[in-house]
Amino acid sequence: MLRGIALALSLIFADAAHAQDLRPYKIENGAINLSLTGKPGDPARGRQIVLERQKGICLLCHSGPFPEERFQGDLAPSLAGVGSRMNAGEIRLRMVDGTKVNPDTIMPPYYRIEGLNRVAPNFRGKPLLNADEIEDVIAFLLTLREDGATGQSK
Amino acid sequence: MGWLALALSLLSVWPAQAQTPQDPRKSGFAYMGRDTQAMQQDDLANPAMLTVLEGEALWTTPTGKAGKSCASCHGEARESMKGVAARYPSLDEASGKPIDLSGRIAQCRETRMEAAPLVREGRDMLALSAFVGLQSRGMPVAPPQDERLRPFREEGARLYTARMGQLNFTCAQCHDANAGQKLGAAPIPQAHPNAYPIYRLEWQSTGSLQRRLRNCMVGTRAEPFSYGSAEFIALELFLMERAKGMTIETPGVRP
Ligand code: HEC
Ligand code: HEC
Ligand code: HEC
Repeated sequence: MLRGIALALSLIFADAAHAQDLRPYKIENGAINLSLTGKPGDPARGRQIVLERQKGICLLCHSGPFPEERFQGDLAPSLAGVGSRMNAGEIRLRMVDGTKVNPDTIMPPYYRIEGLNRVAPNFRGKPLLNADEIEDVIAFLLTLREDGATGQSK
Repeated sequence: MGWLALALSLLSVWPAQAQTPQDPRKSGFAYMGRDTQAMQQDDLANPAMLTVLEGEALWTTPTGKAGKSCASCHGEARESMKGVAARYPSLDEASGKPIDLSGRIAQCRETRMEAAPLVREGRDMLALSAFVGLQSRGMPVAPPQDERLRPFREEGARLYTARMGQLNFTCAQCHDANAGQKLGAAPIPQAHPNAYPIYRLEWQSTGSLQRRLRNCMVGTRAEPFSYGSAEFIALELFLMERAKGMTIETPGVRP
């Protein structure tokens, strides 16, 4: 019993100390096949992240099937139909660190904190999105099918 | 080819003289809406002209222990300051380092007029640099071809092609590879420094090139270089060389 409490406490502290540590992942054949959280994300939350300018900032560069969004970028392929073109593992690698796919890419690495220069103090040591958010975004992107689905969750 | 090699090779092919119609370079002016263009073209509508007028008044106002004004030594700015802004930053013989126009004005104020230092990005410094800048309006950007500036310019090219910030962008990715494309709502200009200081509608005030560069750095979630830093002067040297021969528009208006 005591040992159980001590173990639980030490786990809590370990978790707090490493709150910003990134979950490990493995790149195989151009993909990260396993979910970073061990479970699938929530597509409705993913949609919010993609559309939120300060959070996902995706629409700075991408467009997509989001008629309500007036300002969409044209620096990147449209996200429409991406769920038919790519599987979860390929999207996950793109999101985690696109430079692993294309070293010159302008797409920011959403789940990387190493090897960045002059990061502003308030963003230092933090990935753009946390593991849950990455999985939510992937779950949402998988709903964007070529048959024109808009990813609106019912 | 890496970004740095590309940036450096572009420097050598750009023409030394005024722009030809085939020149792919475009001033930020070309990317603006008609209303903003009209505002810049009409001195009565251009809010930065108020900053210029303040500078004109300061030019002839004696300050400091030496009891002198700029005009005491430089006379008519129309004559003495013609073409000066077009060739800054330039080499400061005393330090052997590049100095930008604001740095030069600060030197005159402090050493020759014995006046209190002007704050960078403060109202008086912007006013004087806008007024001095206006005297080069319509002239081609003419960076000094002094060998001693070369290492600093190369440092500028390196910074321009270095990834920075949480978003991990380089200046070149936006301003070379994606110029003319849309970043959200804003068209990305080619990053030419030929209109500064500018009145920026978003700021609702006049600001320097370095303030603009700080905005771009904050946008990439990078810690911006400080005003007057060696890094900014190196970047400015690089940008001026890259804009060689383009027409000075100072004082510009930007969205
Ligand atoms: C700064 C610009 C930029 C931002 C911001 C950005 N991307 Fe990208 N993205 C790109 C570019 C450019 C590509 C094309 C491939 C390349 O250049 O590497 C791309 C490719 C992709 C791909 C692969 C698409 C395909 O059809 O091959 C996905 C998926 C993707 N981005 C999702 C996202 C999501 C989701 C977000 C926001 C969380 C986002 N991107 C934010 C620039 C961006
Ligand atoms: C993510 C893309 C992006 C990056 C990275 C970026 N900028 Fe910009 N920059 C812009 C946009 C967009 C504007 C115009 C904004 C507007 O007009 O509202 C701009 C404006 C400018 C201008 C003003 C041009 C004019 O006509 O007045 C200069 C100069 C400039 N940037 C230089 C830089 C430098 C130097 C860097 C690197 C330190 C940099 N930028 C990084 C997007 C970017
Ligand atoms: C006591 C005389 C004196 C006063 C007063 C003075 N300057 Fe100067 N200034 C000089 C001299 C001398 C030089 C030339 C230095 C050189 O060539 O290295 C100079 C150089 C400059 C330059 C660089 C010119 C070039 O061709 O590169 C600028 C710009 C300038 N002054 C602006 C100002 C302004 C603005 C003021 C008022 C705030 C001012 N000066 C006040 C004496 C003065």
